[in-house]
Amino acid sequence: MLTTERGRIVLGLFAITVLGIAAVYLFGGKDSNLVTQTVVTGLLLGGVYVLVSLGLTLIFGVLGIVNFAQGAMLAMAMYLVYFMVSSAGINPYLAVVLSAPIMFGFGWLVQSTLMNRLITDVGHSRPLLVTLGLSLLISNTLLMIFGGRPLNVPSPYAGSVQILGAIADVPRIIAFVGAVIVAGGLIVILRKSPLGLAIRAVAANGTGASLVGVNVKRIYAMTFGLGAASVGVAGGLLAPFTSLVPSAGDQFTTLAFVIVVLGGLGSVPGALVGGIFIGLLQTVGSLFLPGSGPLLLVFGMFVLVLFLRPQGLFGANK
Amino acid sequence: MTALGVAAPERLADLKRRLPTGARLHFSVLALVLVVMAFLPLVVPESALPVAIRTLVFAIMAVGWNLMSGYGGMFSFGHAAFFGVGAYTNAYLLTAFGVSPWIGMIVGAGLSAGVGVLIAYLCLKYKLAGSYFALATFAFAQMFLLVTLNMEFLNKSEGINIPLLPEESWSMLQFDQGSLYYYWIPLVLLGVAVAVSISFVYSRPGQFAQAIRDDPTAAESLGIKVMKYRLIPVALSCAVTAVAGAFYTQYYLFIGPDQAFGLHVSTDAIIPAVIGGIGTIWGPLIGAAVIGPLSAVVAGFLRDPPPFLEFLYGTSGLDIAIYAILLILIVVFLPKGIYGTIRERRRK
Repeated sequence: MLTTERGRIVLGLFAITVLGIAAVYLFGGKDSNLVTQTVVTGLLLGGVYVLVSLGLTLIFGVLGIVNFAQGAMLAMAMYLVYFMVSSAGINPYLAVVLSAPIMFGFGWLVQSTLMNRLITDVGHSRPLLVTLGLSLLISNTLLMIFGGRPLNVPSPYAGSVQILGAIADVPRIIAFVGAVIVAGGLIVILRKSPLGLAIRAVAANGTGASLVGVNVKRIYAMTFGLGAASVGVAGGLLAPFTSLVPSAGDQFTTLAFVIVVLGGLGSVPGALVGGIFIGLLQTVGSLFLPGSGPLLLVFGMFVLVLFLRPQGLFGANK
Repeated sequence: MTALGVAAPERLADLKRRLPTGARLHFSVLALVLVVMAFLPLVVPESALPVAIRTLVFAIMAVGWNLMSGYGGMFSFGHAAFFGVGAYTNAYLLTAFGVSPWIGMIVGAGLSAGVGVLIAYLCLKYKLAGSYFALATFAFAQMFLLVTLNMEFLNKSEGINIPLLPEESWSMLQFDQGSLYYYWIPLVLLGVAVAVSISFVYSRPGQFAQAIRDDPTAAESLGIKVMKYRLIPVALSCAVTAVAGAFYTQYYLFIGPDQAFGLHVSTDAIIPAVIGGIGTIWGPLIGAAVIGPLSAVVAGFLRDPPPFLEFLYGTSGLDIAIYAILLILIVVFLPKGIYGTIRERRRK
């Protein structure tokens, strides 16, 4: 049941994306090279969105927490990588591997010390308020330590390559590949490992899981940790092409919610396809709409999905 | 009050006698607070006036937010939308047609109430609750921000400047810089907002709204029209928040998309109410009194830090970091807020 529902979301979004791009090529009335460039840019932007959304889909999907600190945690991971690169001079992509476990520890700590006290809350407003506070705390602590001036992490693999006649930045391609790898890793953890089984059990029915001996609070902490670790990887992969300011992650928070709701709560493949879909929608939309029009399109879609299909675009009716 | 929900039938008559007394008590406290606050500028230094004014604006917003989210039980994460509608309505009517801000304030409040009712109606019709309601209101506020950025007649990202008048004018709500009217006017507006809160909470629709908040199914089965009595606090809440927006525009003589619809505007309305106590009359005021002066106090402290905190000299962000820690601690350990907790202790 669950797999078919998620399968429908992924396939449906995929189909819309392909059809939409085909329509733009055939009826858009734009130069086809320009369209190709836009599609490639959109795919790569989508990869960035996927990276940020993967952690959120776990936290929102399994724990039901509207994690407003997602963007701030992303910025935290970026500064972590910046700190390692600038002080120890290590390769930024090696720093990614180091920052993921640190972020896991941070997420685990947040859930086990703060959020686990609130799981009895029925209104969901208290966890949201705590993550809001956390978001303010993280970005302002970063501001106090690193200041507000934009910093950057130099990529050792700067440059660009040609794909199908379009130009693509190498660091962005690495981030895209990283997004696919992280998504694959999360799918394997969720489907094949005992931890993943426990997470899925808790997500489906917390009381039932605790009756058969699952330590629900521990699983919550592990899930938040996993979500934070994905953000840790995201931050590291984004840092080489992002201008680093304490609020660098904020723009992603909202988009990540859009993607997670669109792709279906807690669905990793949904976040993968949803992220790419939103990335394409934004860049291809900018061919036809001026200024912040594409972003408005994204939000308009979000509200429609919330109203009409909160279980995700192609989820089954419950 | 939630006490009504659990009252046994034989105590209803008793409650009926008691409730207006409760309202009367709140009104007397309000009068006392207003009188004391009115004399405040005469004792504090003049440099504290802007802080006091900002605190009053926070308080009005929080009182507004509390009506919808505290008493109505619909957690709004997008009150910036209603603040911004009030602010922009006033700014646009004034600059385009020379309409008096007093009228602009009323029109803005009405418009904002309409917008809020429409948004809430859609959310409730499609059965959005809890986190989803919060996310939807948040998305609407973001959409308002983006729309404003694209609107030629609202000056896009540049915002609207209120033209400076050569002399003070009551009808155009403009006074000399540092004039105490800029303090007394929001104080009176806050008084009106709190009075609206008290009257609503003790009125029949207010009692219905709280019953629906506590148990929608039970309320509906008793014949209460759920949708209608949920939308009444929404309309009041949006109108009150819009008034804060209109005054804000007049005081700073400027409104831009970020000042009107930014995420921080929504949190400015939420946090005082949460810290003081959600769903209480005095919580939002107490919260605003704690949060409002915090930035100024921290900034003053950082200008001359004690030796062991020397390293903080010249950094920015400490004020919001402290405010964030306070928020987290209160939500986790004092979920009823400062005033809510005190009230509960006293009742025991």
